[in-house]
Amino acid sequence: MDITRSEVVAVRAAAEVVNVRHIVRRAAVDLAFSLVEQTKIVTAASELARNMVDYGGGGDLTVELLSDGIRKGVRLIFEDQGPGIPDIQQALRDGFTTGKGLGLGLGGAKRLSNEFQIDSAPGRGTRITIVRWKGSA
Amino acid sequence: MQRIPILKMGPYLLVSIQVDMDDRTAMALQDDLMEQIVRHRARGVLIDISALDVVDSFIGRMLADTAAMARVLDADTVVVGMQPSVAITLVELGLALTGVRSALNIERGMDLLRSRIEGPGIADGHHEE
Repeated sequence: MDITRSEVVAVRAAAEVVNVRHIVRRAAVDLAFSLVEQTKIVTAASELARNMVDYGGGGDLTVELLSDGIRKGVRLIFEDQGPGIPDIQQALRDGFTTGKGLGLGLGGAKRLSNEFQIDSAPGRGTRITIVRWKGSA
Repeated sequence: MQRIPILKMGPYLLVSIQVDMDDRTAMALQDDLMEQIVRHRARGVLIDISALDVVDSFIGRMLADTAAMARVLDADTVVVGMQPSVAITLVELGLALTGVRSALNIERGMDLLRSRIEGPGIADGHHEE
């Protein structure tokens, strides 16, 4: 599998979530994702970027365009140095929140993605990786 | 921070969201709407989201909360013009927006507000102050 393009965006403040949506939209458009596919990956990115700001103290988003044979996809990696997630299964459950949100961010982002991976431990920050492949809506 | 303009038309408030809102802009719109409902004694609020290509859980919750708060202030809310791709994504995200009345376009949204506020049969634009 090849990474045909990669860019890193710092996400420190809630207002920058809008910027994340635009950058991810551009990547999805560049791969000629359908409108529904674009909307799903942009919405997932919006949820995870906000989580990173609200719970991780901000972090970095890496946007990668993937090429795997004839498959093309977008991979998003959200990395923060925040407090980490003590119980990942609980955090994925709809309605679970330690903040003021709805608790749909992680579970919702997972449903909107084709691949979803969390690496996190208390005190070691959080890395969430999602992939959406073109033509999988 | 941007502010979304709110137009007053008779007993109604009209909002057309034309920008990708950050969270503070969304919350400011909610506050402004509540303040103007009271100031103008508005009976209905129409929010056009046809220009929004993303509605995430924050904006979705803002819309649902706005409708609930307006209800407490004796005003009905209709959200109009949601793009199909946004509707598909919202439901998959887990946000069904129950409690938010919606209509396909502004015209139908206004009809819905009029019929609820003026009662059936007189939804022809007349309104007694």
